[in-house]
Amino acid sequence: MPIQILMPALSPTMTEGKLSRWLKAEGDAIKSGDVLAEIETDKATMEMEAADDGILGRILVPGGAEGVKVNTPIGLILTEGEDKSALDKVTSPSQAQAQTPAAAPAASVAAPAPQAPVAQPILQKSYNGPTKRQTVREALRDAMAEEMRNDPNVFLMGEEVGQYQGAYKVSQGLLDEFGPKRVIDTPITEMGFAGLGVGAAFGGLKPIVEFMTFNFSMQAIDQIVNSAAKTLYMSGGQQRCSIVFRGPNGAASRVAAQHSQCYASWYAHCPGLKVVAPWSGEDAKGLLKAAIRDPNPVIVLENEMLYGQSFEVPDDPDFTVPIGLAKIERAGASVTITAFSRMVGMALETAELLAKEGIEAEVINLRSLRPLDTATIVESVKKTNRLVTLEEGWPYAGIGAEISAVVMDQAFDWLDAPVMRVTGEDVPMPYAANLEKLALPDVAKIAAAVRAVCYRGQK
Amino acid sequence: MAIAKKQVAKAAPKAPADNLLKLYRDMLLIRRFEEKAGQLYGMGLIGGFCHLYIGQEAVIVGLMAAARPGDSVITSYRDHGHMLATGMDAKGVMAELTGRSGGYSKGKGGSMHMFSRETGFFGGHGIVAAQVPLGTGLAFGHKYREDQGVCLCFLGDGAVNQGQVYESFNMAALWKLPVIYVVENNKYGMGTSVERASASTELHRRGDAYGIPGVAVDGMDVLEVEKVGRKWLAHAREGKGPVVLEMKTYRYRGHSMSDPAKYRTKEEVSKVRAEHDPIDTLAKKLLDGKLATEDSLKEIDREVKDICTQAADFSQSSPEPDLAELYTDILVEA
Ligand SMILES: Cc1ncc(C[n+]2csc(CCOP(=O)(O)OP(=O)(O)O)c2C)c(N)n1
Ligand SMILES: [Mg+2]
Repeated sequence: MPIQILMPALSPTMTEGKLSRWLKAEGDAIKSGDVLAEIETDKATMEMEAADDGILGRILVPGGAEGVKVNTPIGLILTEGEDKSALDKVTSPSQAQAQTPAAAPAASVAAPAPQAPVAQPILQKSYNGPTKRQTVREALRDAMAEEMRNDPNVFLMGEEVGQYQGAYKVSQGLLDEFGPKRVIDTPITEMGFAGLGVGAAFGGLKPIVEFMTFNFSMQAIDQIVNSAAKTLYMSGGQQRCSIVFRGPNGAASRVAAQHSQCYASWYAHCPGLKVVAPWSGEDAKGLLKAAIRDPNPVIVLENEMLYGQSFEVPDDPDFTVPIGLAKIERAGASVTITAFSRMVGMALETAELLAKEGIEAEVINLRSLRPLDTATIVESVKKTNRLVTLEEGWPYAGIGAEISAVVMDQAFDWLDAPVMRVTGEDVPMPYAANLEKLALPDVAKIAAAVRAVCYRGQK
Repeated sequence: MAIAKKQVAKAAPKAPADNLLKLYRDMLLIRRFEEKAGQLYGMGLIGGFCHLYIGQEAVIVGLMAAARPGDSVITSYRDHGHMLATGMDAKGVMAELTGRSGGYSKGKGGSMHMFSRETGFFGGHGIVAAQVPLGTGLAFGHKYREDQGVCLCFLGDGAVNQGQVYESFNMAALWKLPVIYVVENNKYGMGTSVERASASTELHRRGDAYGIPGVAVDGMDVLEVEKVGRKWLAHAREGKGPVVLEMKTYRYRGHSMSDPAKYRTKEEVSKVRAEHDPIDTLAKKLLDGKLATEDSLKEIDREVKDICTQAADFSQSSPEPDLAELYTDILVEA
């Protein structure tokens, strides 16, 4: 039997991709290791190598086809001793689908890439200027580029931020525009370059330090907490430290315990730091710009899973999102849900579901975790009398625990039900797909908590 | 062939040819295993990060041939080869890659995090260079217990710039700990070449300031690796302290599965493959020395392919972990 060549998954988050072009033609002899085709993933163009020896008998999906699902047969290899007649013997149902790709691409191009359903954020009232549709990744890049154009003291430093264009492609194009003096590839030395950044900030520069992911900031946490956060205080207000530490935070996909955890509560714990966690493109751009302009150390917790999501983003170099203010993404009178980062999208999704049951949830996008916009939370709880806090991180001493305490303190008499926390499970992140799913909040868990605080039964 | 003689002298009953064939087989097993893992990743059966060891096989295989039972091994996330070479079962490794209950960590660790107390493999660590102090601690344990063991502690050319490496070097030299620091210099840390990351590119000299001897080794030549390994393992076992072995090697594949590898040319990769491949080089030696025939090498290939196919089958038939496993293994019940 000829061997099927299947569309490969080439990144942890890839479900489909573009088969850019074939590098072999039908009839070509191929050896294991030969490059067969180029595949475009959500991140990059990758080469696909042959895993078997033989002859490329048939191309099932032509070059240029977009939206080709992972594991779709894209070609057939004739093995030693087989002739062309063997090709016709292959009839699997999935192959039948793949054999009509010529028409398929057009249709799949028109359909938008599958995305978590999200409500559009309501833009701040103060902003009426132009917007453009961008991914969170692009919004972050533009925020840095605009601030670097604005202020020659701003520079970007981190692993693979320059020549590689960012491990997650967030700094794409910045090296070209600003050159190696201001877009600096570092060795893998987090404690060293974080500390160097703090020193540079002491001297008056405005570093943006990228952690490839926040997991690696633990190598540098002493410099962030002991040097960046405490020096203003220890110096009696003399020594400022204007620095941004940014990068993806929280669970990615299937990268296990050391590479998926949420640092929100870790950093929000520390006086002397500001901590923000954007969800939308607007948040990302506005908060990062505000962070770069801020005279204090600011932690910007991004999320890898959001990088590819698109939003309407203010297109104005003066636009910023003030640090310390939350945003009501969806108004509602039945219950308040607080969330940040990726969980905002999930909260909105849950709210839409619950609306069908007559529960109108008010979804607060916290945006800033330190300072925390307690006024907006308390106001909302006074209206809805019920609160569910949502976060991806661990429950113990988490952001939800803090919000619960604030609400006890400031809105106890307004509560009609105990506050409920929906969090990641209190375990290191497992690798196995089924366990990972169980370890994280999902719509069903959020909906169950909301129904519980509303004293509604399971639908 | 000095090494082979030595093995005989050490009362190993094997003929020299057997030793060479075993080296060949062990390298080929890693190669085929990694190719299989790459395929399973492409089919969506393996998720997250998956760092393949293809091209670097001679390093771990040569050193394990020189090591003794009771020695300990610790490395980074590029770890499948190390696991197989310490004697871990291909099925259990592959099933961990697919996140199944039959995996070495019951599916909870994945590609980067596997352990085997039985074979002396201590992981499997995802944070660059974190394994270096840990390996130093394993060596501390060998010395403390006086068990004659040595720790083989592997790190990359990118990892050598982390501060904790030098904190470890200082303690290891100060206390004469039995540890071999094996720097696997595959020329790149992700997309950054050694030249762009390291002020001094002579990585074997990184212990100079602590008086730690350093040796640069052709890490594509398994016999050379074994020979150097024997010498320095004996040195460490005799209580003479640590050494830095810089293995000059090369990774053929991208850093992980989603790396388009635009930072090097295709010619660079194919040149190493064509001229320095550790497996082809040894095959040629075996054939030229009439220690093997084309057929006997093919037979070895069939054997390791079978192992890998069975491992792949097992990794798909083994069930996903029980949901209750989410909450186990967080603390030891005291
Ligand atoms: C502390 C830390 N920083 C960054 C990373 C991301 N990262 C993973 S592997 C890697 C490159 C390491 O290169 P090298 O030490 O040469 O090992 P190789 O991958 O070549 O085996 C980087 C930067 C990490 N895992 N841990
Ligand atoms: Mg390397």
